[in-house]
Amino acid sequence: MSLIPSRWYIHLLLWLACFIIGLPLIYAIIVATQTNAEVLSFNFSFGTALERNWDAVMNVRKLGNYMLNSTAQALIVTIGKTVLSLLAGLAFVYFRFPGKWLVFGFVLVTLMMPTEILIIALFRFVSSLGWGDNFLAITVPFLASATGAFLFRQHFANLPAELSEAAQLDGANPLQFLFRVLIPISWNTIGALAVIQFVYVWNMYLWPLLIIRDERIQVVQVGLGALRNVDASLTYGPLMLAAVVASVPPVIVFILLQRQFLSGFAITRDK
Amino acid sequence: MNVPIMAMAAAVGAAYMAWVFRQMQRPFWWGLGLGALTGTLGSLLFMTPLDFCTFEPERKPMDNALGVLLVLAGVAIVSYPTGWLARYFLARGEDRKALRGEQVKGAFNAPFFVPLLLLAPTLVILALFLYYPALDLFRLSTLLARLGTPRTAFRCVDNFSRLLDPNFTIVTLGLLIAALVILAVMWFLRRRGDVFRNDVYRTLSSVLPIVLLFLLLSATLDLFEANYRSVVFSTFYIAGWTVSLGLVIGLAVAYLAFQPVKGASIYRTLLIWPYAVSPAIAGIIFFVMFDPVGGIINHVLGQLGLGQPQWLKDPWLARWTIIIASVWKTLGYNILFYIAGLQNIANDLLEAAAIDGANAWQRFYHVVLPGLSPITFFLVITNITYAFFELFGTVDFLTRGGPAGSTSIMIYEIYTRGIIEFDIGRAAAQSIILFIMVIGVTIFQFRTSGRSVSYGA
Repeated sequence: MSLIPSRWYIHLLLWLACFIIGLPLIYAIIVATQTNAEVLSFNFSFGTALERNWDAVMNVRKLGNYMLNSTAQALIVTIGKTVLSLLAGLAFVYFRFPGKWLVFGFVLVTLMMPTEILIIALFRFVSSLGWGDNFLAITVPFLASATGAFLFRQHFANLPAELSEAAQLDGANPLQFLFRVLIPISWNTIGALAVIQFVYVWNMYLWPLLIIRDERIQVVQVGLGALRNVDASLTYGPLMLAAVVASVPPVIVFILLQRQFLSGFAITRDK
Repeated sequence: MNVPIMAMAAAVGAAYMAWVFRQMQRPFWWGLGLGALTGTLGSLLFMTPLDFCTFEPERKPMDNALGVLLVLAGVAIVSYPTGWLARYFLARGEDRKALRGEQVKGAFNAPFFVPLLLLAPTLVILALFLYYPALDLFRLSTLLARLGTPRTAFRCVDNFSRLLDPNFTIVTLGLLIAALVILAVMWFLRRRGDVFRNDVYRTLSSVLPIVLLFLLLSATLDLFEANYRSVVFSTFYIAGWTVSLGLVIGLAVAYLAFQPVKGASIYRTLLIWPYAVSPAIAGIIFFVMFDPVGGIINHVLGQLGLGQPQWLKDPWLARWTIIIASVWKTLGYNILFYIAGLQNIANDLLEAAAIDGANAWQRFYHVVLPGLSPITFFLVITNITYAFFELFGTVDFLTRGGPAGSTSIMIYEIYTRGIIEFDIGRAAAQSIILFIMVIGVTIFQFRTSGRSVSYGA
C-alpha cells in the first residue's frame, strides 16, 4: 500500500490514538501506587503506597488465590475443549456415518444458545447435580462448543485428502492419524482456539458469580468485587492494583497470539 | 384438546406443504395431507405442556393472542424442517446430491460407532449443559417458582403477558409511513426505468434498510409494558451506540494503523490490547475514573470550568458512561479485524482507482468501504453479542443497573429477577424473550452471510 505516503502526522495521530486508548490503563497504574489521600489530591505521579496496596490485595484479600483458581479453570477448559474439538472435527471430516447431518445440526443449533441466556435453568440443573461450590461447575459445562468443533472441521476439510489416504495405506488408525499427522500440522488452529478460549474463560464473570459461593475456589473476576472496600470506605489504590494485576495474563496471551486469534475467527466466519 | 385451534393449525400446515409440493411439481394434495399432519403436531408442540390453557374462557385477549402465536410457532418449527426434508426426498438424482453437500474424500473405513464415540463427549456436554437447560427454561417460564423452594405452581403464560402491553406509538407510525413512502417512490422510479443511474433511487435504496431497522426496533419496544419497555430500550440504546461508535472509531483508527509507517506492529499492539481486559475490569476502571470524588474525569472537567456532571446518578449520563466503557473495551477488537480486512482489499483495485483519478476520499468510499462490508457485518454481530451479554460485568461494577434501573439491560434484569429476587419463573420468561431475539439475529446472520461473503476478497 503505497498510495498514501507516510507522513509525520500519521505518527502523531497514531500516538494520540494509542495514548487515548491507553489512558484508562495509565490512570489505573498510577492510582494503584497511591493512597486514598494521594488519589484525592489528584497528583498524577507514582504514589507511595504500592507496597501497602500490594499487601492489601495479596495478603488481606488473597488475590493470588483467585488468580490461581482462574489459571486452573482457564487451563482446564482450554485444554479440554481443544481435545474434544479435535475429536469432533476428526469425526465430522474423516468418517461417513448415518445421520451425520443430524448430528451436525445438533451441534450447529447450539450456536444460538449462549450460556448467559440459560443461566437460570443452568443454575438449577448444576445445583441439582450437587456441583454448587464445586470446581466442576465452572469447568465441565464449557468443555464443548460448536465454535471449537467447527473450527477444526473447517481446518481439516481444507487439508488435502491424500494425507488420510496415505495414513490408511500405512495402516494408521484414526487416533494415530490424529496425533501423528493432524496435530503436528494444526498448531496454528490449536493456538487460535486456545487464545480465544483462554481470554473467554479468564474473563468469565456472570456464571462464577452465581454458582460459586466458596471464596477458596472463586475466580479472579468475581474476587475483585471484594476489593471495593478494603477499609471502611472505597479504597481506590488496591482496587486499581488488583484490576491491573488480574488483566496481565489474558493481555499477554492475547498479544503473543494475536495472529492466531485473528485466523481462528477468520476460519469460523466463512463456514 | 381444543379442536378449532388444532384445525386452524392443520390448515396453515396444509397450505404451506401444498405450496412446497407444487414447487416440486408433485400433486399438491399429498402436501395437503402431510401438512395437515405436521400442522396438528405443531399445534401440540407447545400446547401439550400448556394443556391449551391460553384458550380457557376466563383468559384475557392477550393470553389468547399469545396462544395463537405459540401454535403458529409450533406449526413453523415442525413444518419447516419437514418441508425441507420433503424437498430433499422429492428432488431427483443430481439435485439431491447438490442438497446433500460435498462427499468425504479419504474417509476411514470404520464401523459407524467409531465417529459417534469420538463425538460422544461433545454431544453429551452440549445435551446436558445447553439443550437440557434450554428446554427446562421453557418449563420454568410457565411456573410460579422461587429459587431454593421446591414447590411450584403452574401459571400458564402469565409470566409473559405481564411483560406485554402492545401500544403502538407515534414514532412507529411515523417510521411505517416513511418506509411506505420510500417504497412507493422507489416503485414509481423503477417503473420509469433506468434506475441505476438515478441518484434519488440509489439514495433511497440505501436509506430504506435503516428505516426498516428502526421500524423493527421501535415496534419491538412498543410490544412491552412500561417498565420492561425501559429495560429493552436501555439494551437497544446501549447496544446501538456501542456498535455504531465502536465500528466508526475502530475503522478510522484501523485506517491509520494500516498505513505503512515505521513501527506499525508496535502501534497495532498498543491499540488492540483492551480486547483482553475483562468487561468486569473495564467496569472497575471506569467506575474509578468517573467517580464524583476521586475520579479523574470530573477533576479535569472542574479544572476546565465545565462543571461536575453526576455521571452515575443521572439516567442518561449513566447510560453514556456504560457506552464509553464498552466502546473502549471493544475498540481493540474492531481495530484488529478492520486492519486484517484492509489488508485483504486488493492493492491493484486501489491503484486502478487512483489511476482513474479517484481522490483519497473517493477511493475510501467506493473501494475500501464496500470491500470491508463482510467484515463489518461480522463485527456488527459480534459487537451486538458483546453489548447484549458480556456487558453484564461492566454494568455490575459500574452502575449495578442504576440509577432507577436506567442501565439495567436485559441480561442484568434476568439476573436481578432470578438470582437477587428469587423469582425464577419471571426471569425464565425474560430469558426466553432474549432467546427469541438471539434466534432472530442468528437467522438473519445465516441468511445474509452467504451473500455478503461472496464478494469478499
